[in-house]
Amino acid sequence: MDELLDILSELHPDVNFEEEDALIDDEILDSFDIVTLVTEIGERMDVTIGAKDITPENFNSADALYDLIERIREEEG
Amino acid sequence: MYFTSYEFIGFLLITLILYYVVPKKAPKWPVLLIMSLLFYALNGVGALAFIIGTAAVMFFGALGLERLQEEQQDKIRENGELTKEEKKEIRKRYGFKKNLLITVCVAINVGALAFVKIGSLIAVLGISYYTLRAIGYLVDVNRKTVKAERNFFKFLLYISFFPVVIQGPLTDYGELTKSLYENHDLSWDNVGRGLLRVVWGFFKKLVIADRVFVAVSAIVENETSYRGVWVLAGMMLYTLELYADFTGGIDITIGMSEMLGIKVQENFDRPFFSTSLKEYWRRWHITMAAWFKTYLFYPVSVCPPMKKLLKFTRKHFGERVGKRIPVYLASAIVWFTTGLWHGFAANYVTWAMLHFAILMISEELEPAYASFHNKCKWASSRIYRVFMSLRTVFIVSLLMQFDIFKSVPLFFTRLVSLFGFGGQGLTAGFEAMGLALRDWIILGVGAVLMLAVSLLKGDGFFRDKLWNKPWILRYGAFAVLFTAILLLGMYGVGYDAGQFIYTRF
Repeated sequence: MDELLDILSELHPDVNFEEEDALIDDEILDSFDIVTLVTEIGERMDVTIGAKDITPENFNSADALYDLIERIREEEG
Repeated sequence: MYFTSYEFIGFLLITLILYYVVPKKAPKWPVLLIMSLLFYALNGVGALAFIIGTAAVMFFGALGLERLQEEQQDKIRENGELTKEEKKEIRKRYGFKKNLLITVCVAINVGALAFVKIGSLIAVLGISYYTLRAIGYLVDVNRKTVKAERNFFKFLLYISFFPVVIQGPLTDYGELTKSLYENHDLSWDNVGRGLLRVVWGFFKKLVIADRVFVAVSAIVENETSYRGVWVLAGMMLYTLELYADFTGGIDITIGMSEMLGIKVQENFDRPFFSTSLKEYWRRWHITMAAWFKTYLFYPVSVCPPMKKLLKFTRKHFGERVGKRIPVYLASAIVWFTTGLWHGFAANYVTWAMLHFAILMISEELEPAYASFHNKCKWASSRIYRVFMSLRTVFIVSLLMQFDIFKSVPLFFTRLVSLFGFGGQGLTAGFEAMGLALRDWIILGVGAVLMLAVSLLKGDGFFRDKLWNKPWILRYGAFAVLFTAILLLGMYGVGYDAGQFIYTRF
């Protein structure tokens, strides 16, 4: 989770990702941010997020995103 | 059959009566299917064959996909002792099969679209829309966000549902089918609200859009005499026309669906209030932009070749620049496709690529904007916001000129002439546009009315707020709009109300 929060804060240092739960709905993350996130997560956490996983529900909060990462790890495991 | 024809009013009325006379116990959706197919057939039997054929490909494609998914799951589950590598191998094998199936189905549909658009041998109404809708469905089944439909006729209704088939919104399968197949009982609330929106849509189309059309056509036909500042007038007028035409058409679509108890996704959120082009594309033709983002931009951005490219660009161009190249490339691909989707022609592709260029430049300038907004407090004022919105409208209107002039060199000639003098005098110019003073007043009032409705929208639709007011106000509004359409609408003997602009795409 810490690694994920690091990645997120590097992207938007001004956002409190531990609190925010409408990252997509409130348009804090745009589509370019999402692509950057997916790439960074892939490289630094070794988890491949596919296009099918890119939904508002999965990206609205750091928690939801972390759940997604865990789910993918489980599936791939 | 146009939405704006007398025949269509009759058609809609028959649909409503049939839909509501079917007894509650029987399924009502077949009425919608029959009427949708009839709507299509009235536009040509060839078109009907086309839509049924392409729908069948997607229907069976989706069933095939689900079968492959099940097989893959069984293979992994049955054999509990598979190693990680073996499971990976199975996933890879089935992934390949599924992708192949999707590619074949999509290729057939896109091929059909290209055939119709380039060959122009047969006119198939709304093919651009239903092709995208069908592709979205197939991808959703593959992503397991929706289950494949087992009843071909139900699926055919989703693809051909007549209110949305010709100009959108590009309804999502999961969203539309929430209310498309279930029975809806007659409710005066639904019918009344829906009708009010339909009437507002017809007002926008017949009173405003088709009236501005006269002036816009005059400018296009005599473009040499409408130079200089007239270019600006042309931009404003076409923007007004397209806005009234497209949002009006969607109002009619959503309104008549509401009359049937069916909820169709919204396609606009007051787009001209956007403070940037990026924001505008979240608020104008929302469903199309969302489609391209979900089914093209993300898949292209995160696909393996893009990841390889990223590694390469990072190595050769450094972290900062290297990171952007793949994402910009993906975006360029999306815009290029968006251009082609509007029409296989240079003007649409240039239109799209200029959007791309402006969006990328704004993206690069974002830090500069942010520091400007931090330093200059007045930049957060209301007036500055209005300025930003006007700037967005200017950019959008300028690019829209590609739509009416259709020629890339002509666009740039006109753009240059905007900064020079020339063109005809004020009185002569207005006279040659073919509208009387009365028409200009009607247009002015109409534009103010649309602006007022947008400003009053706030959290919910103005229409819904109005609906909760005393009956005299809502029926008053209905009566005023209806009378305005009858007296001021551009239709009648010797005059054909025009087809909606977005049905061309």
